[in-house]
Amino acid sequence: MKIAIPVENKTLDSSVNPSFGRAPYFLIYDVNTKESTFIENTAATSTGGAGIKAAQIIVDNKVNAVLSLQLGENAAAVLKDANIKIYKTTDVSIKGNIEAFINERLSFLDEIHAGFHGRRR
Amino acid sequence: MKIAILSGKGGTGKTLVSVNLAAVSEKATYIDCDVEEANGHLFFKPQWVQEESIAVKIPEVDEGLCDGCRKCVDFCKFNALAYILNKLKIFEEICHSCGGCLLVCPQKALTEKDKVIGIIKKGISNNVTIYSGLLNTGEPSGVPIINRLLSKNHLLENKLTIIDCPPGSACVVMESIKDADYCILVAEPTLFGVHNLNMVYQLVKLFEKPFGVVLNKCTEDDNPAEKFCYENNIKILGKIPFDSKLGTLNSNGEIIVNIDEKYKEIFSSLLDTVIKEVRYETVANP
Amino acid sequence: MKQLLILSGKGGTGKTTIASAFIKLAEAKAYADCDVDAPNLHLISGWNEHPIRKDYYGLQKAKIDERLCIYCGQCQENCRFEAITYNDKYEINPYACEGCSVCEFVCPTKAITMMPDIAGELMLYSDKEKVFSTAQLKMGSGNSGLLVTEVKKQMKSETKGGEVAIIDGSPGIGCPVIASLSGVDMVLIVAEPTVSGISDMERIIKTASGFNTRIAVCINKYDINVENSNKIEELCKKQSLDFVGKIPFDSQVAKILNSGRTIIDVDCISRSAVKEVYRKTINILFE
Repeated sequence: MKIAIPVENKTLDSSVNPSFGRAPYFLIYDVNTKESTFIENTAATSTGGAGIKAAQIIVDNKVNAVLSLQLGENAAAVLKDANIKIYKTTDVSIKGNIEAFINERLSFLDEIHAGFHGRRR
Repeated sequence: MKIAILSGKGGTGKTLVSVNLAAVSEKATYIDCDVEEANGHLFFKPQWVQEESIAVKIPEVDEGLCDGCRKCVDFCKFNALAYILNKLKIFEEICHSCGGCLLVCPQKALTEKDKVIGIIKKGISNNVTIYSGLLNTGEPSGVPIINRLLSKNHLLENKLTIIDCPPGSACVVMESIKDADYCILVAEPTLFGVHNLNMVYQLVKLFEKPFGVVLNKCTEDDNPAEKFCYENNIKILGKIPFDSKLGTLNSNGEIIVNIDEKYKEIFSSLLDTVIKEVRYETVANP
Repeated sequence: MKQLLILSGKGGTGKTTIASAFIKLAEAKAYADCDVDAPNLHLISGWNEHPIRKDYYGLQKAKIDERLCIYCGQCQENCRFEAITYNDKYEINPYACEGCSVCEFVCPTKAITMMPDIAGELMLYSDKEKVFSTAQLKMGSGNSGLLVTEVKKQMKSETKGGEVAIIDGSPGIGCPVIASLSGVDMVLIVAEPTVSGISDMERIIKTASGFNTRIAVCINKYDINVENSNKIEELCKKQSLDFVGKIPFDSQVAKILNSGRTIIDVDCISRSAVKEVYRKTINILFE
């Protein structure tokens, strides 16, 4: 079971980034082996469609669940197509959210905001 | 003769000037390029005679041919494509219709289909032919509609064409003034007004368009926009006074030149001045 | 910190006038101007010092190396944006180029490369207590949605606290408005009782309804057309939107703003009405 969290920095003491698509890094955490890997979010600097590209990175890393404060509609569409569950983070601490996830205290993220597509007016 | 009406921000009286110039002329075409908020038709209340859907090209995948190489996903600068569980997913509202994915696909698995983003309506109201573009809500770019609005068959060379531009100085405005013979900048007598006038002023200078300014909502007080024109040697084409009667008629969607003699005169003489300016420009800078 | 976004649909309804009054009334510690096409809030926000400026890069744009060009015309043929012109040589029109890189792909001699392009400027005013985030898009640049996101991000990351942040939105219903809507707690729509104003208000309500955010409406210059003002009120009732008040037309407003002050700083007829709108709005925001 692998989960992904958008994070500010490449350490477990860092905090959850409020944006999914434009988070600088993702933490990929294996709940079974307790192994953590940080990957750079190359989508963060995209002028448009960052959520889609970021979600693609998550899909390609064979993640089972995403923990995020919020999520754009396009990113959500990608994750849903890949059968990845989306949970809402409850505070800024990474460890706290992992613990809450393991203890099944996180709920599904149901507010999906419309994206902003970085396109010309 | 194509005259574009611009203003740095909304609410300065761009549509007021456009609508009344068209109405006061003998015969004119009025083109509403403010496709996010087309309002000119609310004044003309035209009889609509034609409607055309505007579509853009969006890629479509033949899943039988796609082998999952992802070249298209990697190529797309707009991130409009994703490849999930052996399936290509296309985000239509992100796509810019550049056609790049079709070009890079080694399997020729991609083709294009039309996607409607808005409509153009043609209407008639007395002496004025109206073309109005309307972008569907949620669609991010009105440029294809503006391009179609300004396509050659709507613009008759020998006739007066008034182009009501979107506010601001973004790319949609550039599209709107590209083919104009003359630009009228409408400005309000406020600090905001000057700031915004300066932006469209830079724009028309960049495009090397001949232009002049109409000062709207003029009062007895100091007019920073007028001062700006003097300082920068900008031609003032005319002044429209601040007038609550004008405000009320305008807020009800009335065309003031059809009701009030004084305004009929103001706009007639404004139109004459502009036409003279354009003729002079064609002689001086053919 | 709760975020209040002020929108109008149509321009010129008094959005910035009201935003500046709200900032004053709330003694806001954080505020932003998301009208990146035509920012105005800085003109009356009372900051004298220069802001910290940061270039904003949009999508890369194509550049042709003349020396490598063999004049095959492939780039022009494949460009969907009519961004490549031919006049003795092939040239890119940076205003038309959307940065898709199709030309780079089709060029047989690698004469075309995609280069970073400055699309605007982010500005941050800040002192010990408060921050003001704003930006100006370069003429003719697209991608204002991302710049709006950056403006809001800058405000949030630099904020020194405070209960409420006021965001002056952009006009229209397009991409920058959608970007300014994301993540805010409440939207206040400033409507104008004109046929255009009502039509635009209806469109902006439609756009804003797509977000999970509370929507309230106020009318500015309500007395220029009382009949239309009543229509707006009815419309709010029908759609069960919070109606938070009417502000009269005030001929002094232009003069006050021209002197760089807000309508709260001067004893004028619109002042008490705006205060009332503010009180109701804040009550809803913290409900």
